[in-house]
Amino acid sequence: MLPFILRRLATAIPTLFVVVTLSFFLMRVAPGGPFDLERPLEAKVMENLRRIYQLDQPLYQQYLTYLGALLRGDFGPSFYFRDFSIAELFAQGLPVSMRLGACALALALLIGGPLGALAAFRQNGNADHAVMGFAAAGITIPNFVVAPVLQIVFGLTLAWLPVGGWNGGALRNVILPVVTLALPQIAVIARMTRAAMIETLRANHIRTLRAQGLDGSTVALHALRASALPVVSYLGPAAAALLTGSVVVETIFGIPGIGRYFVEGALNRDYTLVMGTVVVIAVFVLVFNLAVDLLYALLDPRVRLD
Amino acid sequence: MSDSPLTPLPMIGRSLWQDARNRLMRNRAAVASLIVLGLMALSCIAGPWLTGHPYDRVYPDYVRVPASLESYPKADAIPAAVQRIAARIRATPGDVAVVGESLRLTLTSPRPIDQRLLVYFDRSDQFGTPRITANEEEGRRLALEVPLKRQRFLFGTDANGRDLLTRTLIAGRVSLAIGLLATGVALIIGVLYGAAAGYLGGRIDMLMMRVVDVLYALPFIFFVILLVVFFGRNFILMFLAVGAIEWLDMARIVRGQTLSLKRQEYVLAAEALGVTTGGIIWRHIIPNTLGPVIVYVTLLVPKVILLESFLSFLGLGVQEPMTSWGALISDGARAIQGAWWMLAFPAASLVTTLFALNFLGDGLRDALDPRDR
Amino acid sequence: MTTGDPILSIRNLHVRFRSNDGMVEAVRGVDLDVGAGEFVAIVGESGSGKSQSVMAAMGLLASNGEATGSIRYRGAELLGLKAAALNAYRGRKLAMIFQEPMTSLDPLFKIGAQIAAPLRKHQGLSRKAARARALELLELVRMPRPEARLSSYPHELSGGQRQRVMIAMALANDPDILIADEPTTALDVTIEAEILALIAELRQRLGMAVILITHDLGLVRQHAERVYVMRQGEVVESGTKRQIISAPAHPYTRMLLAAEPEGRKAPPPDDAPILLSARDLRVSYDLSRGFLRRETALLHAVDGVDLTLRRGQTIGIVGESGSGKSTLGKAVLKLVPSAGTIRFEDRALAPLDRAAMRPLRSSLQVVFQDPFGSLSPRLTVGEIVSEGLLVHAPHLTRAERDLRAAQALAEVSLEPALRNRYPHEFSGGQRQRIAIARAMILHPKLVVLDEPTSALDRTVQKSIVALLKDMQARHALSYLFISHDLGVVRAMADWVMVMKDGCVVESGPTEAIFEAPQADYTRRLIAASIKA
Repeated sequence: MLPFILRRLATAIPTLFVVVTLSFFLMRVAPGGPFDLERPLEAKVMENLRRIYQLDQPLYQQYLTYLGALLRGDFGPSFYFRDFSIAELFAQGLPVSMRLGACALALALLIGGPLGALAAFRQNGNADHAVMGFAAAGITIPNFVVAPVLQIVFGLTLAWLPVGGWNGGALRNVILPVVTLALPQIAVIARMTRAAMIETLRANHIRTLRAQGLDGSTVALHALRASALPVVSYLGPAAAALLTGSVVVETIFGIPGIGRYFVEGALNRDYTLVMGTVVVIAVFVLVFNLAVDLLYALLDPRVRLD
Repeated sequence: MSDSPLTPLPMIGRSLWQDARNRLMRNRAAVASLIVLGLMALSCIAGPWLTGHPYDRVYPDYVRVPASLESYPKADAIPAAVQRIAARIRATPGDVAVVGESLRLTLTSPRPIDQRLLVYFDRSDQFGTPRITANEEEGRRLALEVPLKRQRFLFGTDANGRDLLTRTLIAGRVSLAIGLLATGVALIIGVLYGAAAGYLGGRIDMLMMRVVDVLYALPFIFFVILLVVFFGRNFILMFLAVGAIEWLDMARIVRGQTLSLKRQEYVLAAEALGVTTGGIIWRHIIPNTLGPVIVYVTLLVPKVILLESFLSFLGLGVQEPMTSWGALISDGARAIQGAWWMLAFPAASLVTTLFALNFLGDGLRDALDPRDR
Repeated sequence: MTTGDPILSIRNLHVRFRSNDGMVEAVRGVDLDVGAGEFVAIVGESGSGKSQSVMAAMGLLASNGEATGSIRYRGAELLGLKAAALNAYRGRKLAMIFQEPMTSLDPLFKIGAQIAAPLRKHQGLSRKAARARALELLELVRMPRPEARLSSYPHELSGGQRQRVMIAMALANDPDILIADEPTTALDVTIEAEILALIAELRQRLGMAVILITHDLGLVRQHAERVYVMRQGEVVESGTKRQIISAPAHPYTRMLLAAEPEGRKAPPPDDAPILLSARDLRVSYDLSRGFLRRETALLHAVDGVDLTLRRGQTIGIVGESGSGKSTLGKAVLKLVPSAGTIRFEDRALAPLDRAAMRPLRSSLQVVFQDPFGSLSPRLTVGEIVSEGLLVHAPHLTRAERDLRAAQALAEVSLEPALRNRYPHEFSGGQRQRIAIARAMILHPKLVVLDEPTSALDRTVQKSIVALLKDMQARHALSYLFISHDLGVVRAMADWVMVMKDGCVVESGPTEAIFEAPQADYTRRLIAASIKA
């Protein structure tokens, strides 16, 4: 197992390198710069700023400098949030985003999995149709519609929960954003579980269990384990996306996560902020795909880690 | 199951496509979706010409008026409107009465009324050109007959006073067009790339798929945002950008299909017949990859529409006064407390379309792959 | 007929399936009895309803199926019982093994746990006791290294071993009846013989009844005491094995018995010209994985084979799965890359590339095993049959091609009017005829027949064999006939090559091989497959 992990990490490094390089140059070729404000700065001030942030050097020089700093774990200072380094921004925002994402993921698994299994056992019954209708809604209604509706209903009309804000991660503040994030995931997981379950329930080895007179719960256990496999593969990318924050949810609910940094960084040409976000997201994707492969091998003895 | 002898067969067989179509037509949800989509497309294409409002026409007098089946101006709003205009003409209105499709009133003023100022009636959104029916007291008292301009705003108006129905339909045009075009781009790139990788196989395949893996690791929003930042908020580039990102899954699907088809005995048999590579791809590979590709396309269109509305929501979408469902929803979400219709109608259109596309996709999958029912 | 009361009796059983085309009746009024300790065979071809009858007894019908009538086990009605009530019988009194050993075990659970499950459920054994009993059972079914196998996963076992595990699981609770649904159809003949011998022996030792469901009368001859013959959902005849085999009353039974392939092929004259020869033919597959291919692992699928085929000759190539016989056929046609020399008439094929091979392709044709997989599903039969003409007779107009396709279909006894229909609308035998027509339309000199009859019922097999022989006689064809079925090879070929692990073990004139096999492997193969 360890050699497998090491090998995977070894292939991850070139991928990461390509991602960083591509993003760096794409960002730099884009017109505009971090100090292009509505009211142009004086030439002198501009020049000073550019020197301080080393923007006056040739591009390849900047690239090498950035790469070197990155290798030391230094993401550099933010161009836009002038008083913060990128590391500080992430130290504040990442735990918030991860906490929300983890809650949403857990909620999605806890609700989506059983719903999907229920639908599969009652295939073409009323429960099945209800679950599939709900799932279709979860997938099609965008979160920027769900979020304001939740705000209106639970925040304003019923006044049960705050409309927004983080408030140190208090449970009351977390509920609405987590539900917004979890709804589409519940839908996807329910659909995947149902499809896998229906397929498995028709498999020959399930028929063997029935022929042996084993009870429904044993049959369900075997079917669930087999159906978990596709869901596990889906969880890698999904977890990476959820834990790195959602710009929509964080904007609407006013949550200080890292989801917003991407858009803000790109619009303001905050080079280091965008690069930092790219690196963090890529690392999350790579790590979670690796984790999923390990988990998969654990669940399916046919998969060999080599 | 039964091996009963073949009954006399008609001359023309049922192809798998026809079978699939028959199965699809038996699926009520899919047929309903098809009808909904057809109606939606038709109304988005033809609708904006029929609503009577240009999509970018601003009615300053009708800012954020609620959705209503009745026509505007409403009877109870007329006196206030008349009052406003009269104030501009520096006159006092009196005897205001609505008679049929016109308004009768008198204007009185201590000094003679400047008749040129009557053009304020004209300029308003509620009234037409006034006709002076009586000029009394040397122009200090005018009896007017003013035609009412009847306007209907079935979906209400937006914060600028534009007809939301027209804008929703125009937005639908944009969203559907982006959905279709971006999917087309993804389809072309994905099918070519996937088929090439699958058919060439070996190391070329591995290399090509490695490229796809790297692209998967890139946060795709980054690309779209960069492209938008790069080229400005351009409608055509928008779908090119989205399509250029969404081809990855398509490439994987087509490659997988091609790989498995290459091992089929009928491909081997065609090779044994001496059929050329092009002939094999054209007659044997492509028709058989089509099923999964069609299903994926049906599910990709809603994905792209959703992505476009997400970008519009962030303010990176199409430029005003053009609009898309995402942009309208974004406006609506901001105005949700005072003007529910601004969120409700665009959101309902978007969700209806996405729902229908999803059900159609599911129906197609069941129809093309009956094993999975 | 049975001594004493039957322990299982089925009366007026009907099984229906709901389908898109309405109700399909798979079983129509079957009566059947099984006495204690009896060995009963149910024989029939595909679609005869033989499997569905017992599936109904076990409550294993697909969800769109329903059964009516009566199925009694020692007087207790099984039909209509809920799953929980049925579980008092399933796995305890009635046990079943299936046709598909490769997929009948859960790939995610260890063998030991899977055998222990019915023990723990029905006998309430502790984990430890169940494991000990599982080990006993594996020893009982003569699993090699039983201790180690307990902690193996199914994918680490061969097909024969998996079927032994299935049998061990079935025997876990000393059932009264073991139902074996085509238990050896997916296995090689030598394995088949071992598994059936094991079932027969266990029956003697444990005193249980066995219901063997099979399409193979050879197996019935060897093992059964009483036989039911089924056809299209009905029992057409039943009786003791002696009655059925030696004095069949029903014409269908007689037809089944006569469906064993017969006739012999006379060798071509000695001076017949050599059509195809191959020397030291080798095919290897690279099994190594990964982009950089650090370790190379080669599988020698064909390992130095020589072959000489004369005009009008049929060489039968026999061997079990993995012997390389199919790969050899593809190598001769240059459908897989190979090393060694191949000469066709007076041309060396080895150096020819794809384009250079093309003109020769009309002389070298092939018919594959799988009549479902070898016809492109989205083309009409006419398009499929005439596709070769696009390449080899490009000057033909569409109408001329259509005419030729109609003629080719007529030659394989298919109604030419059917050429506008699609492959999925035909039965297995009909599809194989279409595949033959596709090969014959080009007037080939050599046809490689890669298990052309293996997926077909015996009666259909017989007619395809007759068709192929007829074609050969009419067009002076040479065949390479690849098959694992020695009976068919004996009827088709005048020369036989026996392959094992990529090498030719033995070759010679057909009768010499069958009457006096030299190699030990050939003897085993013949002993296992000729079930007289």
